[in-house]
Amino acid sequence: MTDYTRMTAADIAAALAAGETTSVEVTQAHLDRIAEVDGDVHAFLQVDAEGALATARAVDEARAAGQELGPLAGVPIAVKDVLATEGLTTTAGSKILEGWVPPYDATVVAKLRAAGMPILGKTNMDEFAMGSSTEHSAYGPTHNPWDLDRIPGGSGGGSSAAVAAFEAPLAIGTDTGGSIRQPAAVTGTVGTKPTYGGVSRYGLIALASSLDQAGPCTRSVLDAALLHEVIGGHDVMDSTSIDAPVPPVVEAARKADVKGLKIGVIKEISGEGFQPGVKQLFDESVQLLVDRGAEVVEISCPSFEKGLAAYYLILPSEASSNLAKFDGMRYGLRVGPEGVASPSAEQVMAATRDAGFGDEVKRRIILGTYALSAGYYDAYYGQAQKVRTLIARDFAAAYEKVDVLVTPTAPTTAFKLGEKLDDPMAMYLNDVATIPANLAGVPGMSIPNGLASEDGLPSGFQILAPATKDERLYQVGAALEAALQEKWGGPILAQAPELAGKADAR
Amino acid sequence: MSALSRDEVAHVAMLARIQLSDGELDRLAGQLDQIVGFVATVGEIAADDIPPMSHPLPLENVTRTDEVRPSLTPEQALAAAPRAEADRFAVPRILDEE
Repeated sequence: MTDYTRMTAADIAAALAAGETTSVEVTQAHLDRIAEVDGDVHAFLQVDAEGALATARAVDEARAAGQELGPLAGVPIAVKDVLATEGLTTTAGSKILEGWVPPYDATVVAKLRAAGMPILGKTNMDEFAMGSSTEHSAYGPTHNPWDLDRIPGGSGGGSSAAVAAFEAPLAIGTDTGGSIRQPAAVTGTVGTKPTYGGVSRYGLIALASSLDQAGPCTRSVLDAALLHEVIGGHDVMDSTSIDAPVPPVVEAARKADVKGLKIGVIKEISGEGFQPGVKQLFDESVQLLVDRGAEVVEISCPSFEKGLAAYYLILPSEASSNLAKFDGMRYGLRVGPEGVASPSAEQVMAATRDAGFGDEVKRRIILGTYALSAGYYDAYYGQAQKVRTLIARDFAAAYEKVDVLVTPTAPTTAFKLGEKLDDPMAMYLNDVATIPANLAGVPGMSIPNGLASEDGLPSGFQILAPATKDERLYQVGAALEAALQEKWGGPILAQAPELAGKADAR
Repeated sequence: MSALSRDEVAHVAMLARIQLSDGELDRLAGQLDQIVGFVATVGEIAADDIPPMSHPLPLENVTRTDEVRPSLTPEQALAAAPRAEADRFAVPRILDEE
């Protein structure tokens, strides 16, 4: 019997179109897989079996009636819990939104529904997308399918783990400083952050509005491209949405050719100080691209070294403003202060925010409030915005010389759960290679490029393209993916440990 | 410039409307002082003549024609309110009684 959970979305879509299976059968196979392994992985905060099967039935009927359907119609998907889903609880991983049921769909979700894609459920995440390990979820951590004692990356660890554990062929993530790409790297999956403004942010619970971007979490570059074309495009509901056609990413993924392309290795993030096994895999991947006809150039981006510091000023500043709306007045949690008979609105807000927010959220709101306060604004926030300009200039200068830039996605493979929980600075350093893309708004992709020699865990290869040139990510990513799979004899997840039965062993 | 005292953290938390316990203050103050020390390194870049960049895209204000369009019903808008009364959000008092 065919195991639909092991197929790529492109293969599932082809099987559906050929009438070899039904969306109900495929969706049920994934729901069964979730029931089998999610007790261990905890990728999902909520599973919507009824809703997913209803969509699947509707698509099957439409197909049987000869209606024209989109390329991913009937292929199930999981959605990060930071995107509003009408009628389906949306918490952003926070206690302050426990039980909140949005009265509307995010544009990305509306597009998935319009494309006939059954939504399996909502995936776990660091609270309000703040973190690099999914340990800051108010609902408990997600576990990495490669080693259940390790982190799945963050903040979108749930989405990437669901895809890596074969619980969903596709998932939606959001990337503010690397939250699609870094979880992809440590779970052996593909993660794409499109150009800022390329996918609507309407209905995405904002963390940092000038950095947030939704995008695909998948097991292949072609799957990412197919999903990118479903969710991308202009949206009048988002004033930061780019009014231009979606780049030809599917065509680029099918092309998978790097002959004559110039690839820039960023000197400042090319692996110095990275885990030796990660650096070794990065160098080998660069060589594979050379073998396939690419020209490699070393590029210096000197301002990138200050990117992390600038990011941890800009993000908390925007977050402190965006999260002000969680005040216990209009929705979500409302808590009265202890021992106060008739508390004021101000006292209720302070008590609600203390009870509803976790430590990482409090840290960043306080940091942002401090950075924006009188006397510090110019030295912190103002200076960080200038670093952002310098980073954008570094990118612009680099793209005059090369077509894409490449780096390792994360400095290490997945670390152990709890290892960095009390050391926020150590956690922040995980985002060093992914953050510059968010500050400048350029697109980025992480593809799995092997298992590190010291621990046998997945590592990621990051590709960065100029803004609105997302197709270059897919062209280079698909070429490298093909070269790597030729070397491995199949996809990397075929080497992942079996999860079934783990619950009994633990 | 980068030292952040426990009292300052308490003050900023108050401004951000987050009530912290003594234990939380002790824990967060040390971590925040370390983080502020790190982020303050943005000051090491000489950038007097560099324009600040607030956003990756040039932003334009979006305006729409003033016309009635489909929107949430009062019931939908109030469905998630902690308390509602007579089609309105019910919130704690804002002003003192005196």
